[in-house]
Amino acid sequence: MDRSRREFLQAGSGAGALALAAAAGLIRSGQAFAQEWNKAAFETKSVAATLKALGGSGSTESAQIQITAPDIAENGAVVPITIESALPKTEAIAILIEKNPNTLSADFDIPPGTDPFITTRVKMAETSNIYAVVKAGGKYYHAAKEIKVTLGGCGG
Amino acid sequence: MADPMRIRASMLGDKVEVRVLMAHEMETGQRKDASGALVPAHFIQSVTVTHAGKTVLSAQWGTSISKNPFMHFRFKGGKPGEKVTITWVDNKGERRTDEAVIAGGS
Repeated sequence: MDRSRREFLQAGSGAGALALAAAAGLIRSGQAFAQEWNKAAFETKSVAATLKALGGSGSTESAQIQITAPDIAENGAVVPITIESALPKTEAIAILIEKNPNTLSADFDIPPGTDPFITTRVKMAETSNIYAVVKAGGKYYHAAKEIKVTLGGCGG
Repeated sequence: MADPMRIRASMLGDKVEVRVLMAHEMETGQRKDASGALVPAHFIQSVTVTHAGKTVLSAQWGTSISKNPFMHFRFKGGKPGEKVTITWVDNKGERRTDEAVIAGGS
């Protein structure tokens, strides 16, 4: 045991350099993803700011977007939300939660051939409106629904 | 290493219905541990689903997606026996890729 440790330490300088190089590579790929990730949008704190960060100047309320979610969520840590858009050329669906510390929860890209339909589960800090923002044909549309939360999902 | 995703892909008419359950803490970075120190954020930032070399869904997530994220969606153009591949990458650069074979169905 001890000897292998010593050998390891002796070989250390070379191996260390390799490890560093690998770590640098890892960090670089990590950063590449961080750039891809829309950090600015995920740090916004209001619906209007999120919309702007996503690239929309304004959005129109639309009855073509359907939000299926419970009216009352007993556990804010797991709130199932389904969003379905009947708008032609739906390109993206975003889920915004107005009163969460950061408004934007998720942004789904819907390529042609994929249904403008998505179900996921989100955390809610408190009773809030949730907004489904749909990008269709280059324009933004939204629908809102209030969900009452009995127990907040952000711990703390 | 994170646990594998549980993926179920099956035909629903002419579409492929995909349900995914990922194993991830999805730490918000706002929660405090027992000693009052903030638990650093650790969450999935991007998810990509591909089928036959084509992206059928891509998503960017914030911290407010629930722990052990679940996703359900449908796409056209898949056939039973073909594969659906899903990859996620979190904010620490960790990633995981899993695939599932599309099952026949109704």
